[in-house]
Amino acid sequence: MNPNEYFFAESHEWIKIEGETGTVGISDFAQKQLGDVVYIELPEVGAVYDFHQSFGVVESVKAVSDIYSPVAGEVVEVNSGLNDSPELLNEDPQNKGWIMKIKVKDESELQKLMSALDYEKYLESQED
Amino acid sequence: MIIKYFKRSSTMKKTHLFECQQSLGGKMIEFFGWNMPVEFKGIIDEHMAVRKKAGLFDVSHMGEISVKGPESLQFLQYLTPNDVSRLFPIKAQYTALTTEKGTFVDDLLIYCLGENDYLLVVNAANTEKDYEWILSHKGEFKVWIENESDRYTQMALQGPKALDILQPLTELRLDEMKMFGASWGSIAGEKVLISRTGYTGEDGFEIYTHSLKPERIYNLIMKSGKPYNILPIGLGARDTLRLEATLLLYGNDIDDATTVLEAGLGWLVKFKKGDFLGSKALLKQKEKGIKKKIVGFEISGRGIARSHYPVFIRGEKLSEVTSGTYSPYLKKSIGLTYLPIEFTEVGTEISIEVRGKFLQAKIIPLPFYKREKN
Repeated sequence: MNPNEYFFAESHEWIKIEGETGTVGISDFAQKQLGDVVYIELPEVGAVYDFHQSFGVVESVKAVSDIYSPVAGEVVEVNSGLNDSPELLNEDPQNKGWIMKIKVKDESELQKLMSALDYEKYLESQED
Repeated sequence: MIIKYFKRSSTMKKTHLFECQQSLGGKMIEFFGWNMPVEFKGIIDEHMAVRKKAGLFDVSHMGEISVKGPESLQFLQYLTPNDVSRLFPIKAQYTALTTEKGTFVDDLLIYCLGENDYLLVVNAANTEKDYEWILSHKGEFKVWIENESDRYTQMALQGPKALDILQPLTELRLDEMKMFGASWGSIAGEKVLISRTGYTGEDGFEIYTHSLKPERIYNLIMKSGKPYNILPIGLGARDTLRLEATLLLYGNDIDDATTVLEAGLGWLVKFKKGDFLGSKALLKQKEKGIKKKIVGFEISGRGIARSHYPVFIRGEKLSEVTSGTYSPYLKKSIGLTYLPIEFTEVGTEISIEVRGKFLQAKIIPLPFYKREKN
């Protein structure tokens, strides 16, 4: 398993695996669609989520969006810096704007997700 | 997150400035049948540009209905609560089309363009409805009513630098134009109606033209505004700006279930001018006292209250948020709601249900934002 590989969900979240845990955030495409993020409702450390279960909410000026967990697992860390600087989600969504770290329950679930290249193709196919 | 994919529909109407808006990077959405930009650079940047420098809006989706004829003054006096006789060419007033109950069919501007010649500028969402309403109340009045919306392109240049940006483009003396005043003039050889009006709470101008190439005017304004860092502005910032300035939105804050008095717009009801549609109901309500009133609130802390979120006081649901947003200039979440009159005092604590949790808020004075007069 390449530790620096990003996997993407159809709902525009990404996960980057590092050992047993994965770092989760939203894609650059997602932050562009949202517009200026002003608030985020972060999950609690210790909370347990299923694949595609909503683990938080991102609020931009114009919209509210649920964010869905790309894997089942337990939250081990959250990026609480986003509370004071929600704009990080717009500025650097796939790195500094990470949202949570989750202990992956079942690594085989990653097969439900797309590689970065497949995600690009997926985005292109959605523009009609 | 789920992103609703925007399906390009050929049935959506486009303004004459559509290509121009798209080429500037406008993120196009559907707005009441119109293909309009919700944002360009970003709602917060656009909002702050209007508050600090200037922004240019395409507002051609608004409706224009002309009322002309020897009895147009009497007709409009009958249809609206404000005193139309105070208008002269060319001056506008903010008013409403009211029902018999004194509630809103729409809010609008009426321009007096000349003797027996009026132009009503109405909300995009209500253009057809308003036109039908006006027609259906014509009765024996000697008036001609026409829906001229398709012929007009309307732009709004708003912000403290609006005058500096527009003045070099026209022979009109803009510094002599009073608020709600207007004048026919020209920009780049095109005939335009320029009025000192707007929907942002800043100084600014609205520009109306029949030109078939209005992008020439639009581009000239953008060019003139470049040294001031002018931005093109979308519907997203239009909404945050108007809400900060506490300018009401039909459908959210006012509709056919709210009276003009409940909406805090009693100042535009001129009972002395004589009877009008709804005057009896409004007079009765004024004498008895209104039972509910619109109030503004701010959220203490994080979170945004949006339209339809329930409003509670001491555990009892009393109303819903009519409009709410994060205010980029004030850097807090604000909103409007109607409350029973006994709960409308400034300082009253309320709570708003957001996704099962309660945000604490309190009633604050309106308007949320008022520009400094210089």
